[in-house]
Formats: sequence, structure tokens, C-alpha cells
Amino acid sequence: MPMAQVPSLIPAAPELFMAVMIMAMLMFGVFQKSASAGDEVRTARYVSHLSVAVLALTVLIAVAFSGGRVLVFNELFVTDDFAVFTKVLVLLASAVTILMAQSFLERHKMARFEYPILIAFASLGMMMMISANNLMSLYLGLELQSLSLYVIASFQRDDSRSTEAGLKYFVLGALASGMLLYGSSLIYGFTGTTDFAAITAAVAGDGTHGPGLGVIFGIVFILAGLAFKVSAVPFHMWTPDVYEGAPTPVTAFFAIAPKIAALALFMRVMVGPFGGLLAEWQQIVIFISMASMLLGAFAALNQTNIKRLMAYSSIGHVGYALIGIAAGSKAGIQGVLIYLTIYLAMNLGTFACILCMRRGDQMVEQISDLAGLGKTHKMLALALTIFMFSMAGIPPLAGFIGKLYIFMPAIDAGLYSLAVVGVLASVVSAVYYLRIIKIMYFDDVADSLDRPVEKTIGWVLTLSGLFVVIMTFYPGPILDSAKLAAAALFAG
Amino acid sequence: MSEIPLLSLLTFLPLIGAGMILVLARGSDADVARNSRWGALWTSGATFLVSLPLWFKFDITTANFQFVEKIEWMPQFGISYHMGVDGISLLFVLLTTLLTPLCILASWEAIKDRVKEYMISFLILETFMIGMFCALDLFVFYIFFEAVLIPMFIIIGVWGGPRRVYAAFKLFLYTLLGSVLMLVAMLAMYFDAGTSNMVELMSHNFPVSLQPWLWLAFFASFAVKVPMWPVHTWLPDAHVEAPTAGSVILAGVLLKFGGYGFLRFSLPMFPDASVMFASLIFTLSIIAVIYTSLVALAQTDMKKLIAYSSVAHMGFVTAGTFTLNIHGIEGAIYQMLSHGIVSAALFLIVGVVYDRIHSREISDYGGLVKRMPAYSLVFMLFMLASVGLPGTGGFVGEVLVLVGLFQVNTWVAAFAATGVILGAAYMLYLYRRIIFGQLTKEGLMKIKDLSAREWAIFAPLIVLTLWMGIYPSSFLDFMHVSVENLIKQVETALVVSGQAVLAGR
Repeated sequence: MPMAQVPSLIPAAPELFMAVMIMAMLMFGVFQKSASAGDEVRTARYVSHLSVAVLALTVLIAVAFSGGRVLVFNELFVTDDFAVFTKVLVLLASAVTILMAQSFLERHKMARFEYPILIAFASLGMMMMISANNLMSLYLGLELQSLSLYVIASFQRDDSRSTEAGLKYFVLGALASGMLLYGSSLIYGFTGTTDFAAITAAVAGDGTHGPGLGVIFGIVFILAGLAFKVSAVPFHMWTPDVYEGAPTPVTAFFAIAPKIAALALFMRVMVGPFGGLLAEWQQIVIFISMASMLLGAFAALNQTNIKRLMAYSSIGHVGYALIGIAAGSKAGIQGVLIYLTIYLAMNLGTFACILCMRRGDQMVEQISDLAGLGKTHKMLALALTIFMFSMAGIPPLAGFIGKLYIFMPAIDAGLYSLAVVGVLASVVSAVYYLRIIKIMYFDDVADSLDRPVEKTIGWVLTLSGLFVVIMTFYPGPILDSAKLAAAALFAG
Repeated sequence: MSEIPLLSLLTFLPLIGAGMILVLARGSDADVARNSRWGALWTSGATFLVSLPLWFKFDITTANFQFVEKIEWMPQFGISYHMGVDGISLLFVLLTTLLTPLCILASWEAIKDRVKEYMISFLILETFMIGMFCALDLFVFYIFFEAVLIPMFIIIGVWGGPRRVYAAFKLFLYTLLGSVLMLVAMLAMYFDAGTSNMVELMSHNFPVSLQPWLWLAFFASFAVKVPMWPVHTWLPDAHVEAPTAGSVILAGVLLKFGGYGFLRFSLPMFPDASVMFASLIFTLSIIAVIYTSLVALAQTDMKKLIAYSSVAHMGFVTAGTFTLNIHGIEGAIYQMLSHGIVSAALFLIVGVVYDRIHSREISDYGGLVKRMPAYSLVFMLFMLASVGLPGTGGFVGEVLVLVGLFQVNTWVAAFAATGVILGAAYMLYLYRRIIFGQLTKEGLMKIKDLSAREWAIFAPLIVLTLWMGIYPSSFLDFMHVSVENLIKQVETALVVSGQAVLAGR
């Protein structure tokens, strides 16, 4: 066989490296396992550190081999600046959430080496999704991710809430996957291909008449599936229950990495093969964006559980990110990427704070448990205050920059009503973010939370807090790389 | 123009001071409190000294922006960190740097709890306020404009009175609601003009069809800040619940954001819409002047009374601004400056007795002149300045505004003038109930007169009020050229768009 026929594996190096390393870690975990419980915890700790190292190395590999748009495996798989940008975000999120989880898992006697491996598998699936260039590879990546997530959601086996969360997520997730698959099959049926480039050409047609009704139906089903994965209204119902039921570090992971990956996939699909049909799907995205922002703002008002509150808050944030996609322009995609970067930092920080909420080694989840935090844990309260103001989009914190670059392309694209609904929803959502600050600073001290704050979590808080504060003053690098990434997406 | 980036230094000096207090003030609670107080006083004092060169080096013969600094910030989008002052903003910057050290002095003994955090919040607030007045880029302006909410929310919410949570939320949400609409309008302007540079935007002619929308979005923000009737209701709550220094800075500086915004954005950038909506502004201003004066007459809480009087005085400002003639606009600016000093002083005066008796109810006082003659004298001076007695700063502003209004519409001027009479009524009535009468209340028998620290706070304000009343030219000269230039810009734009010039000069 001539050499030329062996596919170049370099563009897929990060994924291949990760897949091999994950399997090696799995072997390591299996053969290390021994009699006592202490051994089990130690193995889990090793694997967890190893997997963080693997994720970090994957970031390096992804960045090192970046540049230009390359297609491999019969054009099933694409790597470009957009893929690298979002992969780095996903890998960072996964690595940090593994780090933050370790001591929680040990305290709750859940420290098993499968946990970091499942998260790594999910991340691998996300990377495949991001790099998909074909409806089939898209589905493969999505399912690898989803199946890992279902297991992680119910990781706390002996807790009924966690198993319930896992089951709920599985049933609804399977339904959404089904819809996505049905949409894909419609697209395949009406265009005769699953390849993104070929679909682009097919739906463009000869320009005399619009796309067929079948294609439109296919897009609607695919959109429904994607909207479920990003938990946008009206496919958001699972989010609050799963977020509340899953163990807190799992919730932290759910709120960040899969969201970023699913939004990246959303952009990849809508801008790629269906970019030419902007006029057909724009109104759908506008609707789910508006509905998500409004529901995220109003439904969160009455929540008392902080994890549920964060679930609604994330629904709202997805609504904002969708504004950029609805704009359908390069600037819009750039805005989404900037927004996701900031979202990553804000949520890592907030969940680090939530992981500190325990009293006598038991997690507490009520917002009222934060009362008086401003007196008992000054730095923790300060950090959470910064994240809350940032989430509300108050300048000079990073959250404002994110909103600014989301609304900018929307105005440019003439989506005034979407922008106005967006800013009004942000005022409503400010109420519940402020309420958390109010409880921390204005209310009297309840029972103090445990101290001291763990070292790992302290570092996560410091770094993400600094990012949120300083980003506004020095936004250049992120704006520039987001611009490159957005341009790469349109190049395809 | 100086080589040192004076405005940036001025803006970020308080922030550096806040950072130093955060890091350095350690040790026992008493040590931390003492060090934070002195640290904040030194920082704000130094900021005031650094701001003085602005006064001396400012060139009053040009309307151009001076002390300009421009650094690329987000070059991809053509957004830069752009600072500068002209005759309109200069005096507001100085007002801010003057009032902040006084506020810190006024909080010296009143704030006993979490002193470090309080002082840090105040210094951060000063940074944002100065930055707001100096900003020459739309987005830089917006960041400072809205960022002010964070420290203000915390100052009222943590150190405020019993209903502080309600007041803090109301302040935050009212203002946020207005300003997010302004943000949308700013983005629309950015795409229409292709720049976020405010100097260029002032000479850009926005399409006449777009102007009313932009104007209304800015109005939503500034009307809340001013505050204009009917969106003024957050102000009495915020004032009553805020600690004394919070009220001072709120009345002294934050209320000026709205008036300044009208002058900086609405008039030069949307002149057609400004002419179109002038009658709306006049109507709302007159309602504000008369209605809130009557409400003030019925108050039983001293701070609330002064808060309502602020709304009435700001009614003069908005009416004067939209006369579009030199008397009206200069009068509006002058009224803002004198109100900044007089109402700040009045809140401090309430703070003096509140620190001693811990009551703001008017009925808890009476006959104070017997025990506190010096206090009564100072109170009288500022009460009369608030009424607009000739020889005090309040008089000049009100007269100029009335002269300006008279040229536009006699009826508006006549209604506005009744506000002066009502103002005299509620202020004199307040003064009579607190200072005169018999000293019968048990708690007042041992009340002490002004301390040296309180004298130190009031002395500069007394000097300034009299100075502004007796020799207004030293202040008016600063703004004269800039205001003329502003009016010229408006008229040119009106000619371009074919609208008749409404206001004669």
C-alpha cells in the first residue's frame, strides 16, 4: 500500500493521545485495585492527578498542532482554530472540575478511579463533537459524551436524588438524541449526503428556489436536539432537577464543559452546513434565545437551592450566547466565544464557592446558608460577590464584556428587539444575583461554614476571580484569538 | 498640556489607595479601623491635591478637550481608553475630589462596623465617579457610569438604616434598568457612526429618524439618575437609609450624572430629538419642582425632606439644560455645582445631630439654638443657600435658569419660579421646627455643639457657597467657552437637518 493512503493522524493527535491515555489509566486503575478502602482512595487520587495531567497535555498538543484547517478520515473530522479554541475551554473546564472534585469525593466515600476517567471520556466525546465535519461523526461524539454524562450524574449510587438525576437525564437525553438522529436522517434523505460541505452545496441548490420542506424539517429536529443539549427553553426541563440531584462537583462539570461543547457544536452545525439558510433558522434561534433569557431570569427569582438557582442562571446564560448565534455573523460567533470564555471563569469560581458550602462535613445547598458569610469568610464572600456582579453583567467585571460583545453583533444585524429583551432580562436576573450578595453581607450570621477553604479551591477562586476582574482592562488576547476562531468557522 | 497623565492618575489614585488599605491594614480591629480611616483620608486628600492643577492649568479660552489621554484598548473594535475634560466636566471632577475627603471625615466616628470595607468602597466609588466625568469613549463612559452602582449598593446595603435592603435594591434596579437601555442605544450609535469616540460622535449627524429612539434610551438612564419625576421614588428611600456620607455623595455627585449626561450626550448628539422633546422635559421638570416641593413640605423625616428638595432643585437643572440657550445651560451647570455643595452640606448637617441623638424625625428636635449656636448658624447659611438667597451659590444658578427659561417660554418660567417660593417655605419651616422653639426634649438638654472635626468639614463648604454666590465669574469663566461651543454644535446640527432654531440667544 503506498504511503499516501495512510491517513495523516497529526490533526487528530489530541484526541488519539487522550483516547490512548484514558485506556491506559483505566488499566492502571483496574490492576491497582486491592483489598482495603484506603488503597481504593489512593488509586482514585493517582488516577485523578494523572487525568488532570493528561488533559493539560492534551491542551498543549491541541495548541501545538493548531493552525490552518485540516480535514482527515475521509473528511469526517476537521480541525481548525475554532476547534482548538473551544477544545481548550472544554479541557480546562474538565481539568479544573476534576481537581475541585477530589476532596469532595473522598469525604463522601465516592472516591473511585472511574470518576476522572468518565469525565475524561466525556471530554473526549466533546472534542469529537467540536471537530465533527459529518452528521455521523457528530452523532458519535455526542453519544460518547452523553453516555459518560449519564453515568456521572448518578455517580452517587446510594443517593436517591443522584440516581433520579441520572435516570431523568438519560431518558430525556435519549429522546433528544433520537430527535437529532431523526433530523439527520431527514437531511440525509433530502440532500443525499451527511458530509457538511456536501450539505452546504446541496441546500444552496441552484439559487432559484429555496430549500425543500424536508430539509427545513430536518433542521428543526436537529435544532431541537441541540437545544436540549445546551438546555435552552423549551427543552430545559431536565436542567434544574439534574443540577440539583447530581453531586455538586458533577453539577459544576455539567454547568460548564458540556455547555461549551454543545454550544460549539451548535455553531459548527448552524454556521457550517446550514449557514446559507440563516433566514430559515434565525427566527427559531431568536425565539429559543429570548425564551431562555426570560425563563432563566424569572424562574430563578424564587429558588432557595443554590444549585437550582445556578441551573436557571445557566439557562439564562445560554440564552445570551444564542443571541450571538442568531446574529449569524463572524462578530456574532466571536461574541459567543468570548462569552463562553468568561462564562467558564465565572462558573468555575461560583462552583468553587458552592463546594465550600459545608457545615460539619455535610454539604449545605440553601442560599440562606450563606448568611453572614461576609463576616465569617471575608475572602470567600468577596470572591462570590465578584462572580455574582459579573454574572449580572455589571461593569467593570468580565461579565459585562461578555454581554457587550454579544449585544454588539445583535445590534449590527438589526436584532433590536432581541437585544432589548436581553438587557431587560439581565435586569431581572440582577435581582437574584444581588440577593445572594445581600444574604452574604446584609444578613446576620447563621452558623458559620466550615473552614479553612481547601487549597485547591482557594487557587481556583483566586485565579478565576483575578481573571474576572482583570479581563476588562486587558481583553486583547482573548478578543484576538476569538476573532481567529470565528473566522476559521466561516472559512469551511 | 502636562506630560503626566493627570486624569488617569486622578482616576486610579483612589483605587491604589483602596488596594493598599486592603493589603496593609491588618492587626487588631481597632488598628485596622484607625489605619483604614487615615489611609482613606490621606488617599482622598492626595487625590484632591492632584486635582488642583486641573483648576490652575486649564485653558479657559478653548472648548477643546484638555489633558487628553488616549490608549488603544480594544483596537479590533476601535475602542480606546480615552480621557479628557472640558469646561463642562472639569468642575464636576473638582467637586468629586473635594467632597470625597469630606465624606470620609464625616464617617470618622459614625462608622464603627467594618471600617476597612467601608473606606475601600468609598475610594473605589471615587475612582468610578472621576472616571465617569473624564471618559471620552462611549464604552469607557458606560463602564464607569454603571460601575458606580456596585460600591453604592454595598455602602447603602451594609451601613444603611433599617430598610437598607429595600433601598439598596431599589437604587440598583432602577438605575440598572435605565442604563441597560442606554447600552443598547450606545451600540446603535456605535454602528451608525462607526466610532465610539465621543468627540467624533458630537459632530456626527445621526439620522433624524433614529434620534428620538436614541434620545429616549438615554433619557431612560439619565432621568432615573437626575432623578426626574416620576422615576424619582428611589431617591428618598436611598437617602433616608444611606449613611450620612452615602447621602452626601449621592446628592453631591451621583445626581449630577444625569444632568451631565444630558449635556454630554443628548444635546450635542441628538439635537433634533432634544428640540422635539424639550416640552416633555419642561413639563416633567415643572411637575418635579412644584410637586416635590409640596411633598417636601409634608415630610416628618429631615433626610427625606432634603431628598425631595433635591428632586425639586434638579428640576431646575433639567429645565435649564433644555432651554438650549447660554443662560439656561450655564445656570443648569451652576445649579448642579451649588446643589452639589449645598445639599451635601445639608445632609452633613442632619448627620451632625443624627450622630448625637440617632433620630431623623423633625419632631424629636426643637430649640437647638440654645445649646448649639454655631450649628444653628451653619445650618442657617446652608438653608438660605438652598432657598436661593442672593449672595449664596444657589441664587446664581436659579436666576440664570429662570432667565434662560423666560426667553423660551414665559409660562414655564413662571411655574418654575413658584418652586423658589415653595422652596423657601419648606426650608424655613424645617429650620423653625428644629432650631427655634423651646428646648423641652429630654435628650437634647446635653447635646454638644460642633466639634473641631465637624468645623473642618463645614469650613470649605461655607467658603465655597459664599464664593459661588459673591463672585460667580471664577466658576462661570471655566464653562463659558465650552457651553457656547455646545450651543453652536446644536445649532449647526439643527441647520443641517433643516429644523428651525428654537431658541434665540
